[in-house]
Amino acid sequence: MNAFVALVHRDLRLAFRQGGDGLMAVLFFVLAASLFPFGIGPEPQLLARVAAGIIWVTALLAALLALDRLFQTDWEDGTLEQLALSALPLELVVLAKCLAHWLVTGVPLILATIPVAVLLNLDLHELPMLLLSLLLGTPILSLIGGVGAALTLGARRGGVLLSLLVLPLEIPVLIFGVAGADAVLAGRESQAQFLLLAGMLAAALPLCPFAAAAGLRQALE
Amino acid sequence: MATTFNLHRFANPARFMRLTDVVLPWLSAAAVASLAIGLVMAFRAPPDYQQGETVRIMFIHVPAAMMGMMCYACMAVASAAALIWRHPLADVAAQAAAPLGAGFTLLCLVTGSLWGAPMWGTWWVWDARLTSVLILFFLYLGYIALANAFDDPERGARAAAILSLVGVINLPIIHFSVNWWNTLHQPASIVRMGGPTIDPSILHPLLIMALAFQFIFLALWILRTRTALVRAKIDTLRQRAAAASGVDRG
Repeated sequence: MNAFVALVHRDLRLAFRQGGDGLMAVLFFVLAASLFPFGIGPEPQLLARVAAGIIWVTALLAALLALDRLFQTDWEDGTLEQLALSALPLELVVLAKCLAHWLVTGVPLILATIPVAVLLNLDLHELPMLLLSLLLGTPILSLIGGVGAALTLGARRGGVLLSLLVLPLEIPVLIFGVAGADAVLAGRESQAQFLLLAGMLAAALPLCPFAAAAGLRQALE
Repeated sequence: MATTFNLHRFANPARFMRLTDVVLPWLSAAAVASLAIGLVMAFRAPPDYQQGETVRIMFIHVPAAMMGMMCYACMAVASAAALIWRHPLADVAAQAAAPLGAGFTLLCLVTGSLWGAPMWGTWWVWDARLTSVLILFFLYLGYIALANAFDDPERGARAAAILSLVGVINLPIIHFSVNWWNTLHQPASIVRMGGPTIDPSILHPLLIMALAFQFIFLALWILRTRTALVRAKIDTLRQRAAAASGVDRG
């Protein structure tokens, strides 16, 4: 467990010293979300109606931004081979990296949702539900993304390929995330959607590191 | 373990070539014959009382949809075999099935769209089934792109095999969630079949066409696998010849 915590620590330290990734994702998120009023018009009712969907879709895209570098730098300088040789199972290495990725991009995205929600005139009753759905959903995005990043390691045009692989797999998360947040607008119970999101997270937590570790082993062969 | 032994026997590429040398002509003949019979029956079937002549699109559309899903199953089984037993033939077979599956899925989408235009008055609706098939098509494209994205073809095959297994776990989730999403957004389905049961005059040609599509897929799958094996052999021979003559052709 010590090695696991140390690995998360190392990735977080690297992210903070280098600055870039998390901040870039948030900046992209805010900018992309604020493009929508220009595209669909500034009517407050219209924006309130689609705000949760816009926020979810742009968060999904923003979470993709830093993904192609999840294993890339460690793979290039040989750190990944050292990690694979260490006593820590490769599955836990993947889990640590995904956790660090979520802490660096997912959490700032959730925090940035509050100002973006105000910009898009989101119903304030809906905001806690939206935050909760993002809190449950963004870790799944990091986990599925980890699988994609492991599979495309060393591929030509890895970044574009990664989004091609990961986006279709993320559609269920998007559906239940938006449905959970929007249920309040329609005056419906949203417990079922949140339970399903939590169930997907519970399934992704063991399965995704398993698949990603299998992918990394192929890359290291 | 008799079953494993048998499986390994058939996984031998040379044995596969010998076996398919015999099987392929018969399969191709069965495909042509059943397609001919099915098409004649499809055109002689009575027009639907509601949909008129356009109901004939169904004889292509429904078998294509079935094959789109069956191809993915074949691809996933071959991928699992490739990952577990590390048989190169299984890798080759999985990759040979992918473009066929993508083709059937695209055929299903296009014929569905052509059918939707006169029947629903629109080329596309975000109906649950249409959306699932569209996502299936994207998964095929991702698989093909990943398999071809590496300089080392073996690495591409392995990565693609893992992806196809991830897809198998995800497909039911996607299907279920799209259904849920659709019932939330669209209360009433616009799909109207002729009635609760299909009349035999429509059902029989449909079954023959489904059979024909199975034969077409099997024949093409075997043909593509054989082509890939032969191509690999040619590459090896070429490299050996280049090494022997001492000429650098790179």
